Amino acid sequence: MSTPTLPHRPQASAAAPSRRPAWRFRKPNALPGFGLTLGFTVAYLSLIVLIPLAALFLNAATLDWPHFVRAVSSPRVLASYRLTFGAAAIAALVNALFGFLVAWVLVRYTFPFKRVVDALVDLPFALPTSVAGISLAAVYSANGWLGQWLVPLGIQVAFTRLGVVVALTFIGLPFVVRTVQPVLEEFEREQEEAAACLGASRWLTFRRILLPALAPALLTGFSLAFARGLGEYGSVIFIAGNVPMKSEITSLLIITKLEQFDTAGATALAVVMLLASFGLLLLINLLQWWWQRRHSNTAIQGRAPSARGVGLIVETESADER
Amino acid sequence: MSDSASLDVVAKPRPLHSLSRRDAAVTESRPVRIVLIALTLLFLGAFLVVPLAAVFEMAFSKGVVYYLGALADPDAVSAIRLTLLVAAISVPLNVVFGLAASWAIAKFEFRGKSLLMTLIDLPFSVSPVIAGLVYALMFGAQGWLGPWLEAHDIQLIFAVPGIVMATVFVTFPFVARELIPLMQAQGSEEEEAARVLGASGWQMFSRVTLPNVKWGLLYGVILCNARAMGEFGAVSVVSGHIRGQTNTMPLHVEILYNEYNFAAAFAVASLLALLALVTLGLKLLAERKLTQVRVETVQTV
Repeated sequence: MSTPTLPHRPQASAAAPSRRPAWRFRKPNALPGFGLTLGFTVAYLSLIVLIPLAALFLNAATLDWPHFVRAVSSPRVLASYRLTFGAAAIAALVNALFGFLVAWVLVRYTFPFKRVVDALVDLPFALPTSVAGISLAAVYSANGWLGQWLVPLGIQVAFTRLGVVVALTFIGLPFVVRTVQPVLEEFEREQEEAAACLGASRWLTFRRILLPALAPALLTGFSLAFARGLGEYGSVIFIAGNVPMKSEITSLLIITKLEQFDTAGATALAVVMLLASFGLLLLINLLQWWWQRRHSNTAIQGRAPSARGVGLIVETESADER
Repeated sequence: MSDSASLDVVAKPRPLHSLSRRDAAVTESRPVRIVLIALTLLFLGAFLVVPLAAVFEMAFSKGVVYYLGALADPDAVSAIRLTLLVAAISVPLNVVFGLAASWAIAKFEFRGKSLLMTLIDLPFSVSPVIAGLVYALMFGAQGWLGPWLEAHDIQLIFAVPGIVMATVFVTFPFVARELIPLMQAQGSEEEEAARVLGASGWQMFSRVTLPNVKWGLLYGVILCNARAMGEFGAVSVVSGHIRGQTNTMPLHVEILYNEYNFAAAFAVASLLALLALVTLGLKLLAERKLTQVRVETVQTV
């Protein structure tokens, strides 16, 4: 944030205000390399990200409208939306609940091997998704470590829709923990002490003081886990069973269409999913902005959490932060 | 904590391991704490530890000899080699990009900066399958540049270049997003001092900037590398799954698994799980160093 202002500069510009151009691309700076680094950044970004993504949308634009609508609303596609969005939402809810618990326990309590447990939370980010997928499928199969207890109870996880939820829960677990954790760490205990002094029970303090302050972080974590779940592929396909109309996710359907040389269909589906995730991110940002304005007096606790250490996440709050 | 504790009106020295009355008012009763901790460990155990342990258990289910044999299989060796190659190309590319982007963004003020940062984060919100698809649409046989590439006998999709491009896409923001906040926090006084003292641009960068951000850079590289080696969805779309040629380790795991060769699939998977554990360990180290750097930055500013 420190734009270098050499001592003489303000006077110089004040002395000759007429020479300052009305619009300036960048503020003057003594450091070298701006043109080179910005030029490289923009060129690389365009080449790797912007042009390919633009090509996808242009490609979709060449489809005629009835064809596009048919491609994105056939019964098989609609069934895949239901499963993808439904499973992602349930998994994100489970993660909101348990992720909050994990964050709470990690911040507030001490127990043996806490650091190891803390580090382990990031495992779903570090473990390749195909490894997670085959491992979950093995663990929950009828003779797997967990499946051998669940299957006799009538709980079929592997190769069902429940399996999709389990895989997405695994994938989304770190998002809620890593967004709630820093906010909880910075929370001022004085507020809780004040509530206790005024006679509030622990549960009342939690509901009235802590939960409102942590709600934006919780909501962000939920949305990030949900967004990640929408696009997840690797971990799901091994455990889902992939039966059309029943346990087939949209990402898999895109690949299936591509393999059947239905490029137009795959493109149309990809555009729908991209718009869904972009729309979701926009919604998160708007919600946070609204929340911040409404609770500007609790700005410190309620600020958009910075999910440092998450690394692999779709960071939506960055715009507000910077 | 210490200064607020000094305000306490506790006359008696309090015994270790027991909460003062003041603390007791803002935490839960002991049974509640134990139940919550137990619940957390149970949840993490079932969802994280069990799948991780299962990888290694399944990998050695047919003994150590079979395990080593599965890894020495020519197709497995070629998959390992390709994975290393892809990471060795895509990680340095994104490091150079990350350094350039963070220099431009953190040290200068210019129009459209927040838009640029949003665009840099964009690949994280694109699902892996779609990331692969965009390259297949550009360079594939039915893609925009497909006929031209075919005429010149250049194969990008279903070949190593396509895998590299898809990997670069999905790992695009890692290094930049670690370096930008770090460089912003550090400001540019030290670089300016170096310039005033007569350092060339390169000297300033290599002697001042790089040492200042090295832990942040390492952190970004670790995450970038883990994702580059483990990427499945995006690579799966553009790879073509040619055994021994365009199969990376995650894809090789899938093929072996679909052939019901579970022990071999888990043997290759165990290498990737090991990579994940090493990643977590290095990440912890880099995080600790970064916290030190941050504290120092705060103290000097």
